Amino acid sequence: MASYEFIDHTFDVVVVGAGGSGLRAALGAAQSGLKTACISKVFPTRSHTVAAQGGISASLGNMSEDDWRWHMYDTVKGSDWLGDQDAIEYLVRNAPAAVYELEHWGVPFSRTAEGKIYQRAFGGMTKNYGEGPIQRTCAAADRTGHAMLHTMYGKALSKSCEFFIEYFALDLIMDDEGVCRGVTAWKLDDGTLHRFRAQTVVLATGGYGRAYFSATSAHTCTGDGNAMVLRAGLPLQDMEFVQFHPTGIYGAGCLITEGARGEGGYLTNSEGERFMERYAPTVKDLASRDVVSRAMTMEIRDGRGVGPAKDHIYLHLDHLDPKILHERLPGISETAKIFAGVDVTREPIPVLPTVHYNMGGIPTNFYGEAVTRKGKDPDAVVPGLMAVGEAACVSVHGANRLGSNSLIDLVVFGRAVGMRCADQLKAGATQPEFKDSQTEAPLARFDRFRNASGGTKTAALRLEMQKAMQEDAAVYRTGPTLASGVKRIDAVREKAADIQVSDRGMIWNTDLVETLEFDNLLDQATVTIAGALNREESRGAQAREDFPDRDDAKWMKHTLAWCDRNTGKVKIDYRPVHAYTLTKDIEYIKPKARVY
Amino acid sequence: MVELTLPKNSKVGKGKHHPAPDGAKKVKTFRVYRYDPETGQNPRWDTYDVAVDQCGPMVLDAIIHIKNTMDPSLTFRRSCREGVCGSCAMNIGGRNTLACTCAWEDVPGQAIQISPLPHQPVIKDLVPDLTQFFAQYAEIEPWLHTDTPEPEKEWKQSIEDRAKLDGLYECILCACCSTSCPSYWWNPEKFMGPAALLHAYRWLIDSRDEATGERLDALEDPFKLYRCHTIMNCAQVCPKGLSPAKAIAEIKKMMAERLL
Repeated sequence: MASYEFIDHTFDVVVVGAGGSGLRAALGAAQSGLKTACISKVFPTRSHTVAAQGGISASLGNMSEDDWRWHMYDTVKGSDWLGDQDAIEYLVRNAPAAVYELEHWGVPFSRTAEGKIYQRAFGGMTKNYGEGPIQRTCAAADRTGHAMLHTMYGKALSKSCEFFIEYFALDLIMDDEGVCRGVTAWKLDDGTLHRFRAQTVVLATGGYGRAYFSATSAHTCTGDGNAMVLRAGLPLQDMEFVQFHPTGIYGAGCLITEGARGEGGYLTNSEGERFMERYAPTVKDLASRDVVSRAMTMEIRDGRGVGPAKDHIYLHLDHLDPKILHERLPGISETAKIFAGVDVTREPIPVLPTVHYNMGGIPTNFYGEAVTRKGKDPDAVVPGLMAVGEAACVSVHGANRLGSNSLIDLVVFGRAVGMRCADQLKAGATQPEFKDSQTEAPLARFDRFRNASGGTKTAALRLEMQKAMQEDAAVYRTGPTLASGVKRIDAVREKAADIQVSDRGMIWNTDLVETLEFDNLLDQATVTIAGALNREESRGAQAREDFPDRDDAKWMKHTLAWCDRNTGKVKIDYRPVHAYTLTKDIEYIKPKARVY
Repeated sequence: MVELTLPKNSKVGKGKHHPAPDGAKKVKTFRVYRYDPETGQNPRWDTYDVAVDQCGPMVLDAIIHIKNTMDPSLTFRRSCREGVCGSCAMNIGGRNTLACTCAWEDVPGQAIQISPLPHQPVIKDLVPDLTQFFAQYAEIEPWLHTDTPEPEKEWKQSIEDRAKLDGLYECILCACCSTSCPSYWWNPEKFMGPAALLHAYRWLIDSRDEATGERLDALEDPFKLYRCHTIMNCAQVCPKGLSPAKAIAEIKKMMAERLL
């Protein structure tokens, strides 16, 4: 092995990832006087939060009466009762304050005639416990994530948080007692390797949409933090729950916000029928995403898809006032023009359910502390490790996330992480020295891939994995296709022994970056499809045709999955769903049939 | 002594030619700037004959196709692939733009020439060093400044006042504008450049912001603002259709008005 040297840094808190949740966590930690670093493989405003469109949910009540209890009910129902209700209560009760804070930092929210923050309707968001749609989603036109991310990065510049930009995180540094002591990273612009020592490492590394062939996710959404956790011998939770967004542009996969339907858009099949009226009579096109994606898939299967191959669906906005489109949906009007060649004021947009969000991730409690099962304790905290945002599974989204609940998740739990760090850590506390043995494994992995001289290009292996996931872990799943998917993913792992990296450099070697990312994706694909095969029920985004019903008696529990990287074998265990709320202000919401 | 030619290590040599695979139906040639800091060699132009019938419609699709199937060492930034993150800004066919929203069919000429954003240090291939560009963005203090105690809820803002931010807040910091500006090429350390100034105006015009005077003071300097000579390249190339030049003109008006 080539010899590598590390450059060492010491911080109180190191946040990995500079999207919405990472920035919020870093800001909070820095603000409380802790020496904080934020490391990111892309410049902060390139993070995928930038692509969030429709908005951020909070029961501000700016458009009509609203109540955090209604928001809680909708979120629990949206999660198909897999969400932890203590965490959900924490989310919805802290949501308004988190939105006002963003506004105070300068987010350019759209406005009502009274000058308040404008709120729009979104899927699954209802008034009075499911009576009908409500306008709860705070919006900055259809660029809410962009507006938030840029404002939060700006605000972070005003604090003492230190940024390490275009550093690719490699692995957690764990000690013999299972305490997380820091993280290793590779600085792309000069090729140096770094060890960051920290009292707490916060993983804010986002989702892994690129495990699939067609995703709204950015190329950089490779779930690097999730994979680091698996490599550290810790489990991921509920990975089988992958959200398909109903309206990705057919072909290109680019996102068209649910806010398009929130502003009055609707879906039609080849007969010109507004078919959602049949599937969700009360809220129609504003049912939650799993429901709409399944309905679209059924229509296409029954031969009522549109286009020459009858393989997609139309989203109509052409009946809306062009002034409204210009004011509230300018971004998607532009995206539809560029990627579908469609003028939304005249023609429908061709759309298809597209992989969009990972409900699963690193299990945490509502403080943001990573947890695992240790013997009989299902909530054992992993010392020194926290997670937040899409990388985390708190779990507030359960089996299916509601649109606009992710942006609020980022800031509410990002803030919670900052506060927990302030509460638990002492600035400048002494930390143990690193041992070389703690970084041997990551270095060996790095060096092996850097010098990989096999015969199969990373891109070919990645494509094979993505196709397997797309075909065998889709909107609808059955035992046989999932079992075939497990075999196909195993085959990719075997072939990966013959991987070829042709760039041997240390500076901006993106051949190597993509290979490390592929390796990260492969472990996550492995636990995702194994979890889907294992869960013999249908709940939220997991729709098993061979087990069409939700089975609360057997399956109201979180999946925990560990991955043996050498064999690709997955070990599965469970954590109970928290069937209690945070306070006495609201009672546990009991499971019932989920009808929209 | 005046140096009239490029320094020796900046001369771009002829590179490798990568032919299209057998049986390619539609072929388009891409001529791509290559530079590897670890070899000590001069930059070069590599040419790739791409089977464009096998890739998507955008230039980014084509260069990803090159990386995936022809030459994995080709290096560029990319992320969202839908024109919102600003990563894949580069000079395509002589014009700064985003590779992800630029269709290769729309680029004129026999071969499509691709080079890094101009007048920035090149780290590797199509990856420029944008450190200074981002430092200038930070210098305008891109967050809301207020002295009045914060309200319990939101600051109120009328629909009309909010509309003043349209055409400004949409900036994705891709650096297409600043790196196409001759004034910025000439005085990159002293002139803030169109992107930073567009953001400066975004906060100056925000009805909620209470630091207008301080923000204008910070720009009152012969170079920072006034090196804009309305060349308008910024507005020509902005992939989001914004006009930094107009924002700069508005700042100059505010400077003049406060003297009256």
